Amino acid sequence: MLQYIFRRILIAIPVLFGVTILNFFIINLAPGNPVDMMVNPSATPEQLAMQKHALGLDQPVWSQYLHWLVQLFHGNLGFSYSTREPVTQILASHIGPTVLLMGVSLIVGYLIAIPLGIVCARKQNSWIDYLVTGFSFFGISVPHFFLGLGVIYVFASKLLLFPTGSMNTLGGDGSLMDTINHLVLPVAVLATGIAGNMVRYVRSSMLDVLGKDYLRTAKAKGLSQFIITNKHALRNSLIPIITVIGIDIPMLIGGAIVTEQVFQWPGLGLLTIQSITSRDYSTLMAINLLAAVTVLVANLLTDILYAVADPRIRYD
Amino acid sequence: MAMNLNPNKNVPETEGLKSSEQILLQLGEEESYLHMVMRRFLKHKLAVAGLIVFGLIILIAALAPVISPHDPNKIFGEFEAAPSATHILGTDPVGRDVMSRLIYGAQVSIAVGIGAVAIYVALGIVLGLVAGYFGKWVDMLIMRLTDIFMSFPYFMVILVLVSIIGPSLFNITFVIGLLGWPAIARLVRGSVLSIKEMDYVKAGVALGYSTPKILFQHILPNALAPILVNATFGVASAIIMEASLSFLGMGVRPPAASWGNMLTQAESITVLSSQPWLWIPPGLMILLAVLSINFIGDGLRDAIESQNAK
Amino acid sequence: MPLSEQEKPLLQVKNLKKYYPIKKGVISRTVGYVKAVDDVSFDIYPGETVGLVGESGCGKSTTGRSLVRLEDPTAGQVIFQGKDLAKISNKEMRKLRTELQIIFQDPYSSLNPRKRIGDLLAEPLIAHKLATRSEADKKVNEILEIVGLSKQYKNRYPHEFSGGQRQRIGIARALMLHPKLIICDEPVSALDVSIQAQVLNLLKDLQKELKLTYVFIAHGLGAVKYISDRICVMYLGRVMEFATTKEIFEHPLHPYTEILLNAYPIPNPHMRDRKQIVVEGDVPSPANPPKGCVFHTRCPFAKDICKEKIPTLTGKGHTVACHFPLESVNV
Repeated sequence: MLQYIFRRILIAIPVLFGVTILNFFIINLAPGNPVDMMVNPSATPEQLAMQKHALGLDQPVWSQYLHWLVQLFHGNLGFSYSTREPVTQILASHIGPTVLLMGVSLIVGYLIAIPLGIVCARKQNSWIDYLVTGFSFFGISVPHFFLGLGVIYVFASKLLLFPTGSMNTLGGDGSLMDTINHLVLPVAVLATGIAGNMVRYVRSSMLDVLGKDYLRTAKAKGLSQFIITNKHALRNSLIPIITVIGIDIPMLIGGAIVTEQVFQWPGLGLLTIQSITSRDYSTLMAINLLAAVTVLVANLLTDILYAVADPRIRYD
Repeated sequence: MAMNLNPNKNVPETEGLKSSEQILLQLGEEESYLHMVMRRFLKHKLAVAGLIVFGLIILIAALAPVISPHDPNKIFGEFEAAPSATHILGTDPVGRDVMSRLIYGAQVSIAVGIGAVAIYVALGIVLGLVAGYFGKWVDMLIMRLTDIFMSFPYFMVILVLVSIIGPSLFNITFVIGLLGWPAIARLVRGSVLSIKEMDYVKAGVALGYSTPKILFQHILPNALAPILVNATFGVASAIIMEASLSFLGMGVRPPAASWGNMLTQAESITVLSSQPWLWIPPGLMILLAVLSINFIGDGLRDAIESQNAK
Repeated sequence: MPLSEQEKPLLQVKNLKKYYPIKKGVISRTVGYVKAVDDVSFDIYPGETVGLVGESGCGKSTTGRSLVRLEDPTAGQVIFQGKDLAKISNKEMRKLRTELQIIFQDPYSSLNPRKRIGDLLAEPLIAHKLATRSEADKKVNEILEIVGLSKQYKNRYPHEFSGGQRQRIGIARALMLHPKLIICDEPVSALDVSIQAQVLNLLKDLQKELKLTYVFIAHGLGAVKYISDRICVMYLGRVMEFATTKEIFEHPLHPYTEILLNAYPIPNPHMRDRKQIVVEGDVPSPANPPKGCVFHTRCPFAKDICKEKIPTLTGKGHTVACHFPLESVNV
């Protein structure tokens, strides 16, 4: 098992390098030069050249990459081209809101999806099954921005129950209640998508397991339906569910761009869009890298969780 | 030589065999694989409904110049006019007819959805076939490349890439197409790994068929079913992607009409709360298009999986 | 078929080896090899049928597949009509494949499920540009007739046929290119017993008509006796004994051959009093074959030398790889 984890990490290293290379070169495709953006338009060509030299932008691409990589190892992600703040600092101030938003959405989504999926599997082809299947198709099909605008229209603009956006009331006390109040609508939007996707997997995975012989045995032994469903069946239907969770986790970082834009939620998604508008490539590069690392880690965790959930899986 | 054999030569054969052959003959032409899948698909009511709705949307896109009441880019005198007889869905803040823009928007969604998926399915099939069939370092290289591409959050990279090369219909189709292949490649590779061990592939090698012939005529047709399902869901996801990019101003840009960019106006709270005709119809159209494709995909998957389970 | 020593062999196998690496550990280090085929040599003469016999895992199928280059040998040579198959280019090999064909064991996986029978059979001719579509179509009709199937089946898919019919189609496909040598890889073992005889008869008749040479792979001596001129007995990747069918059945020299014969019911009651050799234990793993003679762990006559020294294949006409061949033990 330890050897397997070690091997997985070894494989992840070249992938990580590939990620940094691809990331760097994508960003360097950019035609607009950051210096042109940040320097006073009346600057002379000499001043421009000096600026470029100061930022290392007159070097060939591969040497810029190596420089960036070395800095990366020192935990230095460079400075924002637009605000000149250290990128690490900018990321740190935006990561909290996104993780909060996505974390709550994932939990709410799963809390809805898992019981609903189990109920659907137990009462296959009942009205509740059809209702939930309909909801799940809606959840995976509706674009976040449309649903977001819809809930703002109904709950914020017409019913005035919740604020239309942002994380705290401007000039408010910034209390927990205030934040929760702001969380409700974006979480509702994101959780709809997450639950809609998850409920399908829970349902089909449970259906699969419920048909197995060992569950008939459990029933024959006289175990209660509750124990059968929640102890015997659920654990055995975990594998596909873990896979979906593993795919969902990276959304903590990169999954809420559109929703954050609609609700003006001050997280990484909003930062991404601001950085695109201001051609702040060093920040974009850092966000991308952070997101990619999250994916790599999530994949690794998924594989380890497999082994925990299914003792039959052995890794040599 | 085999062909000069006396055709009347009696080959050993029992009566039992003959009668079973006759039974088969009486049954007539048994249905092909395609028919079987089609029959199962048609039993899935939602999938058939999805097929009809999506067919209508394609029809709307194709017939846009004929059925559109106005030129989608023509600016009328009245801005933000409420729905009326001349403008069924009113006009937008620039004074263009919303209904006409809605009809033309279908073209964008269909073009991006089908175009992008066609690009990445082609890429994924070739890379997956090559990786699975040749194995060894070729496989290793392609699979690591797949890992790298899959490590990036899909939408974020598309957003960044499109912003760099410039937002346009062609560019978003191209970028979604360029980045979508890894899932298909993995799927194809997996199928190839199991199919290439089948004796009919070995027979193809023994018969001296060329490698491309074996890959595309013997292996690929047997790996197509899951690709088809994946591609169908892919069209839905590409349509959402285009709409989201256009909504963020990084996709199809005005004056060209796209369902996504029609919703951008609703970011203004006045449009959102007092002119719902500007944003609800395009939003519903996206939902309808995506929903119908997802139903089709679901029906296809059921039809194909139950066939395989047989 | 009488065997003339002067005749040139159609196919020669010289010291053929096929090892599969076993990988383990963090960096997939090769820690050992599965010796599927280990130092196998034999000749096959035009028009004869050589039976290749042994338990599953003895390397008979790997050997068979190496003969048509479906496996690349680790070492050794397969020489067909004077050409070493491992050395010639892919292009040359592709041409040579018209003369070397294979029939597979499982008739359910050996036919592409997405192709109609007519296309499946016409394909080899068209791929090698030996016929136009309409010529190929005519030949498909003829070949279907030859293997005893109706030409009306041309538009059917493989799943519409029974196992025996599918195997006939597989045979027809192998015949399309007029091969000289056909490897029959357990062609009847997946079929019902009642169908087995039909397919064997078909193969025998075809051989007579078309002057075919067969390598017939099987795990029991039963099927092989009926069709083979000579028999090669394999165990754990090595040849134990090679002789004419008559010799193998009447004067087996290797204890393992004897054991295989005991597994085969003897029709003649007078022969039944022959001393039965009892076999013990399982076949050892080919990843870790016994030292010395690979059979010594199960051989009732094993002596110390058998654990040390690998016996070489000796004898003229009737060859055996054993330190103490049965004749010497029994006499």
